[in-house]
Amino acid sequence: MVTADQVWAALEEIPDPEIPVVSLVDLGVIRSVDVSEGHVHVEFTPTFLGCPALEFMKRAIEDKVPGANVEVIQDDSWSTDKITAVGREKLRAAGFAPPAPRLVQIQAQVHRCPYCGSTDTKLENIFGPTPCRSLRYCESCRQPFEQFKTI
Amino acid sequence: MNELLLGLADDELVIGWRDSEWTGIAPLLEEDVAFSSIAQNEIGHARAVYERLTDDADALAFDRSLDEYRCAPLVELRLLDWGRTIARRWLYEVADEIRITALMEDPDVGGLAAKINREEAYHRMHAEMWRERLRDEPRFRDAVTELWPYALGVVLPAQREALAARVALDEVEAVERGSHTDDFAPLWDEMTMVRRSAPVGSQW
Repeated sequence: MVTADQVWAALEEIPDPEIPVVSLVDLGVIRSVDVSEGHVHVEFTPTFLGCPALEFMKRAIEDKVPGANVEVIQDDSWSTDKITAVGREKLRAAGFAPPAPRLVQIQAQVHRCPYCGSTDTKLENIFGPTPCRSLRYCESCRQPFEQFKTI
Repeated sequence: MNELLLGLADDELVIGWRDSEWTGIAPLLEEDVAFSSIAQNEIGHARAVYERLTDDADALAFDRSLDEYRCAPLVELRLLDWGRTIARRWLYEVADEIRITALMEDPDVGGLAAKINREEAYHRMHAEMWRERLRDEPRFRDAVTELWPYALGVVLPAQREALAARVALDEVEAVERGSHTDDFAPLWDEMTMVRRSAPVGSQW
Protein backbone atom coordinates (compact mmCIF):
# COMPACT_ATOMS: atom_id res chain seq x y z
CA MET A 1 0.00 0.00 0.00
CA VAL A 2 1.27 3.46 -0.89
CA THR A 3 2.54 5.69 1.90
CA ALA A 4 2.48 9.48 2.21
CA ASP A 5 6.29 9.54 1.94
CA GLN A 6 6.10 7.70 -1.37
CA VAL A 7 3.55 10.19 -2.65
CA TRP A 8 5.76 13.12 -1.60
CA ALA A 9 8.73 11.49 -3.34
CA ALA A 10 6.67 11.04 -6.53
CA LEU A 11 5.52 14.68 -6.41
CA GLU A 12 9.14 15.80 -6.10
CA GLU A 13 9.70 14.36 -9.56
CA ILE A 14 7.06 16.58 -11.20
CA PRO A 15 8.74 19.62 -12.74
CA ASP A 16 7.06 23.01 -12.83
CA PRO A 17 5.81 23.23 -16.44
CA GLU A 18 7.18 26.75 -16.94
CA ILE A 19 10.41 26.51 -14.93
CA PRO A 20 11.34 22.82 -15.00
CA VAL A 21 14.40 23.24 -12.75
CA VAL A 22 12.05 23.29 -9.75
CA SER A 23 9.52 20.64 -8.75
CA LEU A 24 6.00 21.18 -7.44
CA VAL A 25 7.34 20.31 -3.97
CA ASP A 26 10.13 22.92 -4.30
CA LEU A 27 7.48 25.49 -5.25
CA GLY A 28 5.53 24.71 -2.10
CA VAL A 29 2.25 24.30 -3.97
CA ILE A 30 1.53 20.89 -2.42
CA ARG A 31 -0.20 21.87 0.80
CA SER A 32 -0.83 18.39 2.14
CA VAL A 33 -0.81 14.70 1.29
CA ASP A 34 -3.20 12.43 3.12
CA VAL A 35 -3.25 8.65 2.70
CA SER A 36 -5.93 6.64 4.42
CA GLU A 37 -7.14 3.14 3.57
CA GLY A 38 -5.38 3.27 0.25
CA HIS A 39 -6.98 6.54 -0.83
CA VAL A 40 -4.64 9.43 -1.63
CA HIS A 41 -5.82 12.99 -1.19
CA VAL A 42 -3.55 15.82 -2.33
CA GLU A 43 -4.26 19.47 -1.56
CA PHE A 44 -2.79 21.71 -4.23
CA THR A 45 -2.62 25.52 -4.10
CA PRO A 46 -2.23 27.50 -7.32
CA THR A 47 0.46 30.17 -7.57
CA PHE A 48 -1.42 32.79 -9.60
CA LEU A 49 -5.14 32.26 -10.21
CA GLY A 50 -4.77 32.95 -13.92
CA CYS A 51 -1.77 30.65 -14.33
CA PRO A 52 -2.35 28.57 -17.48
CA ALA A 53 -0.14 25.82 -16.01
CA LEU A 54 -2.71 25.16 -13.27
CA GLU A 55 -4.69 22.46 -15.11
CA PHE A 56 -1.45 21.00 -16.45
CA MET A 57 -0.02 20.64 -12.93
CA LYS A 58 -3.23 19.09 -11.63
CA ARG A 59 -3.18 16.50 -14.43
CA ALA A 60 0.54 15.83 -13.86
CA ILE A 61 -0.21 14.98 -10.21
CA GLU A 62 -3.07 12.67 -11.24
CA ASP A 63 -0.80 10.92 -13.76
CA LYS A 64 2.07 10.55 -11.30
CA VAL A 65 -0.09 9.32 -8.43
CA PRO A 66 -2.78 7.17 -10.07
CA GLY A 67 -6.09 7.29 -8.26
CA ALA A 68 -5.16 10.39 -6.25
CA ASN A 69 -7.89 12.88 -5.55
CA VAL A 70 -6.40 16.33 -6.24
CA GLU A 71 -8.17 19.17 -4.53
CA VAL A 72 -7.35 22.70 -5.72
CA ILE A 73 -7.44 25.05 -2.73
CA GLN A 74 -8.16 28.62 -3.82
CA ASP A 75 -7.31 30.70 -0.79
CA ASP A 76 -4.30 32.73 0.29
CA SER A 77 -2.47 29.84 1.97
CA TRP A 78 0.22 29.84 -0.74
CA SER A 79 2.65 32.70 -0.99
CA THR A 80 6.13 32.88 -2.46
CA ASP A 81 7.37 32.36 1.13
CA LYS A 82 6.32 28.70 0.64
CA ILE A 83 9.05 28.12 -1.96
CA THR A 84 11.58 25.88 -0.19
CA ALA A 85 15.21 26.83 0.45
CA VAL A 86 16.21 24.15 -2.08
CA GLY A 87 13.76 25.59 -4.58
CA ARG A 88 15.07 29.13 -4.10
CA GLU A 89 18.65 28.01 -4.73
CA LYS A 90 17.61 26.06 -7.85
CA LEU A 91 15.87 29.17 -9.18
CA ARG A 92 18.87 31.39 -8.50
CA ALA A 93 21.27 28.94 -10.15
CA ALA A 94 19.04 28.94 -13.25
CA GLY A 95 19.15 32.75 -13.50
CA PHE A 96 15.82 33.57 -11.85
CA ALA A 97 16.11 35.87 -8.85
CA PRO A 98 14.09 34.16 -6.11
CA PRO A 99 11.34 36.23 -4.50
CA ALA A 100 12.20 38.30 -1.46
CA PRO A 101 10.44 37.15 1.73
CA ARG A 102 7.14 39.01 2.14
CA LEU A 103 8.22 40.87 5.26
CA VAL A 104 11.54 41.96 3.75
CA GLN A 105 9.82 43.02 0.54
CA ILE A 106 7.55 45.36 2.43
CA GLN A 107 10.34 46.83 4.56
CA ALA A 108 13.17 47.17 2.05
CA GLN A 109 13.04 47.00 -1.72
CA VAL A 110 16.30 45.10 -2.28
CA HIS A 111 16.61 42.99 -5.41
CA ARG A 112 19.79 41.02 -5.95
CA CYS A 113 21.13 40.02 -9.38
CA PRO A 114 21.14 36.19 -9.66
CA TYR A 115 24.32 36.30 -11.78
CA CYS A 116 26.73 38.61 -9.92
CA GLY A 117 24.93 39.17 -6.61
CA SER A 118 24.88 42.97 -6.92
CA THR A 119 21.92 44.84 -5.47
CA ASP A 120 22.44 47.68 -7.96
CA THR A 121 19.49 46.61 -10.10
CA LYS A 122 16.53 48.48 -11.54
CA LEU A 123 12.99 47.57 -12.47
CA GLU A 124 12.41 47.36 -16.22
CA ASN A 125 8.85 46.03 -16.15
CA ILE A 126 6.59 44.92 -13.29
CA PHE A 127 5.32 42.24 -15.68
CA GLY A 128 7.28 39.57 -17.50
CA PRO A 129 6.91 36.41 -19.55
CA THR A 130 4.55 34.88 -16.97
CA PRO A 131 2.39 36.55 -14.29
CA CYS A 132 4.79 35.45 -11.54
CA ARG A 133 7.84 37.30 -12.88
CA SER A 134 9.10 40.88 -13.29
CA LEU A 135 11.94 42.06 -15.48
CA ARG A 136 14.97 43.77 -13.92
CA TYR A 137 18.34 44.97 -15.16
CA CYS A 138 21.64 44.66 -13.29
CA GLU A 139 23.67 47.87 -13.50
CA SER A 140 26.75 46.04 -12.23
CA CYS A 141 27.10 43.14 -14.70
CA ARG A 142 24.75 44.72 -17.30
CA GLN A 143 22.58 41.65 -17.48
CA PRO A 144 18.80 41.68 -17.66
CA PHE A 145 17.18 39.06 -15.44
CA GLU A 146 13.82 37.74 -14.34
CA GLN A 147 12.75 38.46 -10.78
CA PHE A 148 10.13 36.33 -9.09
CA LYS A 149 7.41 38.55 -7.72
CA THR A 150 6.78 38.34 -4.01
CA ILE A 151 3.13 37.56 -3.42
CA MET B 1 -23.83 37.88 -1.73
CA ASN B 2 -24.02 35.86 -4.95
CA GLU B 3 -25.13 38.96 -6.83
CA LEU B 4 -22.10 40.83 -5.47
CA LEU B 5 -19.73 38.00 -6.46
CA LEU B 6 -21.28 37.70 -9.91
CA GLY B 7 -20.77 41.44 -10.45
CA LEU B 8 -17.16 41.15 -9.32
CA ALA B 9 -16.45 38.16 -11.58
CA ASP B 10 -18.14 39.81 -14.57
CA ASP B 11 -16.11 42.98 -13.99
CA GLU B 12 -12.88 41.00 -13.93
CA LEU B 13 -13.78 38.99 -17.03
CA VAL B 14 -14.80 42.02 -19.06
CA ILE B 15 -11.94 44.31 -18.04
CA GLY B 16 -9.59 41.39 -18.72
CA TRP B 17 -11.09 41.15 -22.18
CA ARG B 18 -10.78 44.89 -22.79
CA ASP B 19 -7.21 45.02 -21.48
CA SER B 20 -6.24 42.10 -23.71
CA GLU B 21 -7.25 44.20 -26.71
CA TRP B 22 -3.96 46.08 -26.23
CA THR B 23 -1.91 42.92 -26.74
CA GLY B 24 0.30 43.56 -29.74
CA ILE B 25 -0.68 47.21 -30.25
CA ALA B 26 0.21 48.96 -26.99
CA PRO B 27 2.38 52.08 -27.43
CA LEU B 28 5.37 50.38 -25.74
CA LEU B 29 6.55 46.79 -25.86
CA GLU B 30 6.62 46.76 -22.03
CA GLU B 31 2.94 47.64 -22.04
CA ASP B 32 2.11 44.81 -24.45
CA VAL B 33 3.57 42.51 -21.81
CA ALA B 34 1.99 44.34 -18.87
CA PHE B 35 -1.52 44.52 -20.31
CA SER B 36 -1.39 40.89 -21.41
CA SER B 37 -0.31 39.79 -17.93
CA ILE B 38 -2.89 41.95 -16.18
CA ALA B 39 -5.63 40.64 -18.48
CA GLN B 40 -4.57 37.07 -17.78
CA ASN B 41 -4.70 37.70 -14.02
CA GLU B 42 -8.10 39.39 -14.18
CA ILE B 43 -9.62 36.55 -16.17
CA GLY B 44 -8.06 34.09 -13.70
CA HIS B 45 -9.79 35.96 -10.87
CA ALA B 46 -13.08 35.84 -12.79
CA ARG B 47 -12.76 32.08 -13.21
CA ALA B 48 -11.97 31.51 -9.52
CA VAL B 49 -15.00 33.57 -8.45
CA TYR B 50 -17.31 31.91 -11.02
CA GLU B 51 -16.19 28.56 -9.60
CA ARG B 52 -17.55 29.63 -6.22
CA LEU B 53 -20.94 30.13 -7.85
CA THR B 54 -21.15 27.14 -10.22
CA ASP B 55 -19.50 23.88 -11.24
CA ASP B 56 -19.08 25.07 -14.84
CA ALA B 57 -17.26 28.41 -14.94
CA ASP B 58 -17.14 28.51 -18.76
CA ALA B 59 -20.90 28.11 -18.99
CA LEU B 60 -21.49 30.90 -16.50
CA ALA B 61 -18.93 33.13 -18.22
CA PHE B 62 -20.12 32.65 -21.79
CA ASP B 63 -23.58 31.07 -22.01
CA ARG B 64 -25.64 33.92 -20.56
CA SER B 65 -27.71 36.36 -22.55
CA LEU B 66 -26.45 39.91 -22.71
CA ASP B 67 -28.96 41.16 -20.12
CA GLU B 68 -27.81 38.63 -17.53
CA TYR B 69 -24.30 40.07 -17.18
CA ARG B 70 -23.81 42.11 -14.02
CA CYS B 71 -20.65 44.00 -14.95
CA ALA B 72 -20.24 47.69 -14.22
CA PRO B 73 -20.49 49.95 -17.29
CA LEU B 74 -16.93 51.19 -16.62
CA VAL B 75 -15.38 47.92 -17.78
CA GLU B 76 -17.55 47.65 -20.90
CA LEU B 77 -16.36 50.85 -22.56
CA ARG B 78 -14.28 50.45 -25.67
CA LEU B 79 -11.47 52.94 -25.09
CA LEU B 80 -9.29 53.46 -28.11
CA ASP B 81 -7.11 56.09 -26.46
CA TRP B 82 -4.16 55.22 -24.22
CA GLY B 83 -4.84 58.08 -21.78
CA ARG B 84 -8.44 56.95 -21.31
CA THR B 85 -7.31 53.36 -20.95
CA ILE B 86 -4.87 54.30 -18.20
CA ALA B 87 -7.53 56.48 -16.53
CA ARG B 88 -9.85 53.46 -16.43
CA ARG B 89 -7.13 51.11 -15.17
CA TRP B 90 -6.28 53.51 -12.36
CA LEU B 91 -9.88 54.22 -11.34
CA TYR B 92 -10.79 50.54 -11.60
CA GLU B 93 -7.87 49.38 -9.47
CA VAL B 94 -8.60 51.90 -6.73
CA ALA B 95 -12.30 50.92 -6.68
CA ASP B 96 -11.44 47.21 -6.86
CA GLU B 97 -9.07 47.49 -3.89
CA ILE B 98 -11.88 48.91 -1.75
CA ARG B 99 -14.29 46.08 -2.53
CA ILE B 100 -11.69 43.28 -2.42
CA THR B 101 -10.34 44.32 0.97
CA ALA B 102 -13.94 44.47 2.25
CA LEU B 103 -14.51 40.91 0.97
CA MET B 104 -11.39 39.70 2.80
CA GLU B 105 -13.46 39.90 6.01
CA ASP B 106 -16.04 37.45 4.65
CA PRO B 107 -15.88 33.96 6.22
CA ASP B 108 -16.66 32.17 2.93
CA VAL B 109 -14.69 34.05 0.30
CA GLY B 110 -12.18 35.90 2.50
CA GLY B 111 -9.32 33.53 1.63
CA LEU B 112 -9.94 33.83 -2.10
CA ALA B 113 -10.28 37.62 -1.82
CA ALA B 114 -6.94 37.75 0.01
CA LYS B 115 -5.28 35.75 -2.76
CA ILE B 116 -6.76 38.04 -5.41
CA ASN B 117 -5.59 41.03 -3.39
CA ARG B 118 -1.97 39.85 -3.43
CA GLU B 119 -1.99 39.70 -7.22
CA GLU B 120 -3.83 42.99 -7.57
CA ALA B 121 -1.05 44.72 -5.62
CA TYR B 122 1.05 44.57 -8.81
CA HIS B 123 -1.79 45.94 -10.94
CA ARG B 124 -2.03 48.86 -8.53
CA MET B 125 1.70 49.55 -8.74
CA HIS B 126 1.42 49.59 -12.53
CA ALA B 127 -1.65 51.85 -12.50
CA GLU B 128 -0.14 54.28 -9.97
CA MET B 129 3.10 54.48 -11.96
CA TRP B 130 1.18 55.50 -15.10
CA ARG B 131 -1.08 57.84 -13.19
CA GLU B 132 2.00 59.57 -11.80
CA ARG B 133 3.40 59.92 -15.31
CA LEU B 134 0.20 61.28 -16.90
CA ARG B 135 -1.44 63.16 -14.03
CA ASP B 136 -0.80 66.64 -15.46
CA GLU B 137 -1.66 65.76 -19.06
CA PRO B 138 -4.96 67.41 -20.10
CA ARG B 139 -6.12 64.34 -22.05
CA PHE B 140 -5.62 62.13 -19.02
CA ARG B 141 -7.35 64.57 -16.68
CA ASP B 142 -10.31 64.87 -19.03
CA ALA B 143 -10.52 61.08 -19.19
CA VAL B 144 -10.57 60.80 -15.39
CA THR B 145 -13.40 63.34 -15.24
CA GLU B 146 -15.31 61.49 -17.97
CA LEU B 147 -14.91 58.06 -16.35
CA TRP B 148 -15.35 59.07 -12.70
CA PRO B 149 -19.17 58.53 -12.59
CA TYR B 150 -18.58 55.08 -14.08
CA ALA B 151 -15.90 54.25 -11.50
CA LEU B 152 -18.33 55.02 -8.67
CA GLY B 153 -20.65 52.35 -10.11
CA VAL B 154 -18.03 49.64 -9.49
CA VAL B 155 -18.42 49.77 -5.70
CA LEU B 156 -21.42 49.63 -3.36
CA PRO B 157 -23.03 52.98 -2.42
CA ALA B 158 -21.62 52.65 1.11
CA GLN B 159 -18.09 52.42 -0.29
CA ARG B 160 -18.27 55.49 -2.53
CA GLU B 161 -17.24 58.05 0.05
CA ALA B 162 -14.01 56.10 0.61
CA LEU B 163 -13.42 55.88 -3.13
CA ALA B 164 -13.93 59.63 -3.60
CA ALA B 165 -11.51 60.38 -0.77
CA ARG B 166 -8.94 57.99 -2.18
CA VAL B 167 -8.88 59.61 -5.65
CA ALA B 168 -9.51 63.16 -4.33
CA LEU B 169 -12.63 63.78 -6.44
CA ASP B 170 -16.09 64.93 -5.40
CA GLU B 171 -18.80 62.30 -5.36
CA VAL B 172 -21.19 62.63 -8.32
CA GLU B 173 -24.11 60.55 -9.53
CA ALA B 174 -22.84 57.05 -10.31
CA VAL B 175 -23.37 55.13 -13.54
CA GLU B 176 -24.85 52.02 -11.93
CA ARG B 177 -24.51 48.41 -12.95
CA GLY B 178 -27.74 46.82 -14.19
CA SER B 179 -27.97 48.39 -17.61
CA HIS B 180 -25.36 48.11 -20.33
CA THR B 181 -23.55 50.62 -22.49
CA ASP B 182 -23.80 50.47 -26.29
CA ASP B 183 -20.25 49.10 -26.34
CA PHE B 184 -21.25 45.89 -24.59
CA ALA B 185 -23.34 44.18 -27.30
CA PRO B 186 -20.46 43.90 -29.82
CA LEU B 187 -18.15 42.71 -27.02
CA TRP B 188 -20.69 40.11 -25.84
CA ASP B 189 -21.02 38.91 -29.43
CA GLU B 190 -17.24 38.47 -29.70
CA MET B 191 -16.78 36.89 -26.26
CA THR B 192 -19.50 34.29 -26.70
CA MET B 193 -19.03 33.60 -30.41
CA VAL B 194 -16.92 30.45 -30.08
CA ARG B 195 -19.19 28.85 -27.49
CA ARG B 196 -22.29 29.68 -29.52
CA SER B 197 -20.86 28.30 -32.75
CA ALA B 198 -19.27 25.13 -31.34
CA PRO B 199 -21.25 21.91 -31.84
CA VAL B 200 -22.82 20.48 -28.70
CA GLY B 201 -20.42 18.12 -26.96
CA SER B 202 -17.23 19.78 -28.25
CA GLN B 203 -14.18 19.14 -26.10
CA TRP B 204 -11.53 21.80 -25.41
